[in-house]
Amino acid sequence: MDEANIRASKDIPPAEVADVELYHAKSFWTKYVFSQDAKVIAIQYSGTAAAIGFVALVLSWLMRLQLGFPGLADFITIEAYYQFVTIHGMIMVVYLLTAVFLGGFGNYLIPLMVGARDMVFPYINMLSFWFYFLAVVLLVVSFFVPGGPTGAGWTLYPPQAILSGTPGGSGAGIIMMLLSLIVFIIGFTMGGLNYVVTVLQGRARGMTLMRLPLSVWGIFTASVMALLAFPALLVASVMMLFDRLLGTSFFMPTLIEMGEQLSYGGGSPIMFQHLFWFFGHPEVYIVALPAFGIVSDLLSTHARKTIFGYRMMVWAIIGIGGLSFIVWAHHMYVSGMNPYFGFFFATTTLIIAVPTAIKVYNWVLTLWRGDIHLTIPMLFSLAFIVTFVNGGLTGLFLGNVVVDVPLSDTMFVVAHFHMVMGVAPLMVIFGAIYHWYPNVTGRMLDEAMGKWHFWVTFVGSYLIFFPMHYVGLVGVPRRYPELGDSAFIPDSVQMLNSFISLAAFAVGFAQLLFIYNVITSLRRGKIAEKNPWRATTLEWQTPDMPPTHGNWGDELPVVYRWPYDYSVPGAAEDFIAQNDPGPQPAGETKT
Amino acid sequence: MAIALVLVLVVVGSIVFHIFSPWWWTPIASNWGTIDATLTITFWITGAVFAAVILFLAWCVYRYRHTPGRVAAYQPENKKLEIWLTVVTGIGVAALLAPGLVVWADYVTVPDDAVEIEVVALQWQWNYRLPGADGKLGTVDNRLITFENPLGINPGDKAGLDDLVIEADALHLPIGQPVKMLLRSIDVLHDYYVPEFRAKMDMVPGTVTYFWFTPTRTGTFEVLCAELCGVGHSFMRGEVIIDTEEDFQIWRDEQETFASLSES
Repeated sequence: MDEANIRASKDIPPAEVADVELYHAKSFWTKYVFSQDAKVIAIQYSGTAAAIGFVALVLSWLMRLQLGFPGLADFITIEAYYQFVTIHGMIMVVYLLTAVFLGGFGNYLIPLMVGARDMVFPYINMLSFWFYFLAVVLLVVSFFVPGGPTGAGWTLYPPQAILSGTPGGSGAGIIMMLLSLIVFIIGFTMGGLNYVVTVLQGRARGMTLMRLPLSVWGIFTASVMALLAFPALLVASVMMLFDRLLGTSFFMPTLIEMGEQLSYGGGSPIMFQHLFWFFGHPEVYIVALPAFGIVSDLLSTHARKTIFGYRMMVWAIIGIGGLSFIVWAHHMYVSGMNPYFGFFFATTTLIIAVPTAIKVYNWVLTLWRGDIHLTIPMLFSLAFIVTFVNGGLTGLFLGNVVVDVPLSDTMFVVAHFHMVMGVAPLMVIFGAIYHWYPNVTGRMLDEAMGKWHFWVTFVGSYLIFFPMHYVGLVGVPRRYPELGDSAFIPDSVQMLNSFISLAAFAVGFAQLLFIYNVITSLRRGKIAEKNPWRATTLEWQTPDMPPTHGNWGDELPVVYRWPYDYSVPGAAEDFIAQNDPGPQPAGETKT
Repeated sequence: MAIALVLVLVVVGSIVFHIFSPWWWTPIASNWGTIDATLTITFWITGAVFAAVILFLAWCVYRYRHTPGRVAAYQPENKKLEIWLTVVTGIGVAALLAPGLVVWADYVTVPDDAVEIEVVALQWQWNYRLPGADGKLGTVDNRLITFENPLGINPGDKAGLDDLVIEADALHLPIGQPVKMLLRSIDVLHDYYVPEFRAKMDMVPGTVTYFWFTPTRTGTFEVLCAELCGVGHSFMRGEVIIDTEEDFQIWRDEQETFASLSES
């Protein structure tokens, strides 16, 4: 299909997929609880993720309370601090970001955006959510087992993760953590297969792969990656569980704990790190790629301009996805692995900067010569670009093996990954919620509250994480509950830490305002117009708004064009919906 | 419009903060000035890119913000611009990577005249072992560790009998002498980290890791653990003292050998 045909054509291929007969819920339970409707499952995923995410937010307050004002809260023991660090990280990466992007946005957007009535396997989709829910419950339960949750850090490195010097290591904490991860992965596998198959099999007539909105491309590629990456974590978790419960030594060498020779021997702690990061690095992009895709659509829609370099954007997503499987050991430059690996992994890691930079250029060039509406979704998208560029560039420090050596395991690393995979994707999530809230609820979120939420969150996050890099430059190691008495750390670092903590509290309270907005706007929000942002993509073209069960009423949509026909010269309006057979773009008539 | 202004302020503020920050790396005390140099190159290149991208973004937001009657340009692609940007990015990345890999080659290549010193980590203290008069470290095995033999030195290996054992005390090193730090752990992961030396490496039970450096100024430096190793992690500190050659010999002569420790 040539370039012009991607953008618009009246030639529609014959139906490849017959219309489906959906399961229709008969009771409250099957409609809202054990629902098989992807839209309801999306809300269940997002709501559960938000609830457990709130726990992570509170944990971050407690950590910042300790770091900013050490000694003020004496209930934060060292054990508790490490438990907060661990569970905060684990929730944010796995149970919040992965679940929201794939389980939340994936479930909501994929069927609507590709023009399907639902996911291809609705029953499996329901199971996926309930496994996720169980995983979250297991994680919460670990707070209440003797010894509390694990405090091994979210990386769960053995041998310490299963030994008594680490909180939860000799108790049930680490067991609950590993079980929760295993259940999460089982649940995700069901959901992930569904997302992939639905994108490949469930598209409406005329919706070719090169006409998919970039949101779908991002979620699709991330789902493929997650299906390939999570098994490594599953294997590592099962093996560590065996080491802990059955006395095997997969990751456990001969060691002496507190003067006592343990019965382990012959295992390799570094092997765990390879397995963990074989999952862990793609995981970064499993979170980032959906954010890349969604922000592309937000920028294009709210700047009323075609996305710049669509095909390059698609190839960059695929290229990043592929490359991200051969960069994992850049997390292990000083792990004690063969140091010659450094040459290979530094090279692959810096190569991945090229497709990533292309994406950044294309976002900025999408705004260039646009008609930029400074809506809340646009503001959050701009904040995403700033924080992502900042965090991406500090990645060039840490990816370049020898530059990583002095910075590794310091607060510089903490600042870097929070900026690039914490703040930046969250900006996209917020922008996306303001954007699609009317599609879900039929009402708009309150704009005044939204502006407050945006400004405090964006400026506050930058004030937290930008100065934090310099704490790391001084040499302060990460995962220290307090600075201690160190000659090389000037007293002013403690002042900076207090400042960072105050900024963190402010950002945290802005999220309470956001939650208030989301809840109250359900009843009090302004009634949304049918397509309030005047967007081209199919989720806004359903016969009912919000879309009902089955999405499309009697007839499935037919797609005539790509999703970025904004401000087409000669068109009556500044957008043409994907299912609008309307006029051809000027000068590009079908031959 | 506030957003365009704030974007400019983010760039200006970040640069001003960087220039005037009292928080900066410690004065170096080893040969790894080349690491600081690559770090500085990286700051320049990434700083320039950050300023350029965000200032252009701010200008776009200001220049192309919605006003009544504005129509966006319809421009799906611009191959020439895309290729040009890709090539420039490739060059920038190569300019970062090349010096980095050259310095890494130094980092992993231990000079022939380096003296081997062993660091033995455990929860939560640092022990050391220096070669004795024979200039060689004896063999060790974690399975031999007892209260009397805390480092697990093999008593059957003659090379080990004269090894100097320093338990939970400061390490002294002579200035100007390259050292290869052999890193061992007897329990969990640790990381031997002296900020002023720039070098660091994890210690992994079951294997021996290493890094090398040459001390370049005398003084007392703090050793920290940089790999979360349990509840005592942030208290796992020690000292390394860089001496003149004469002071180092005096200190060295005061240390006990493995053989004398075993007898007592």
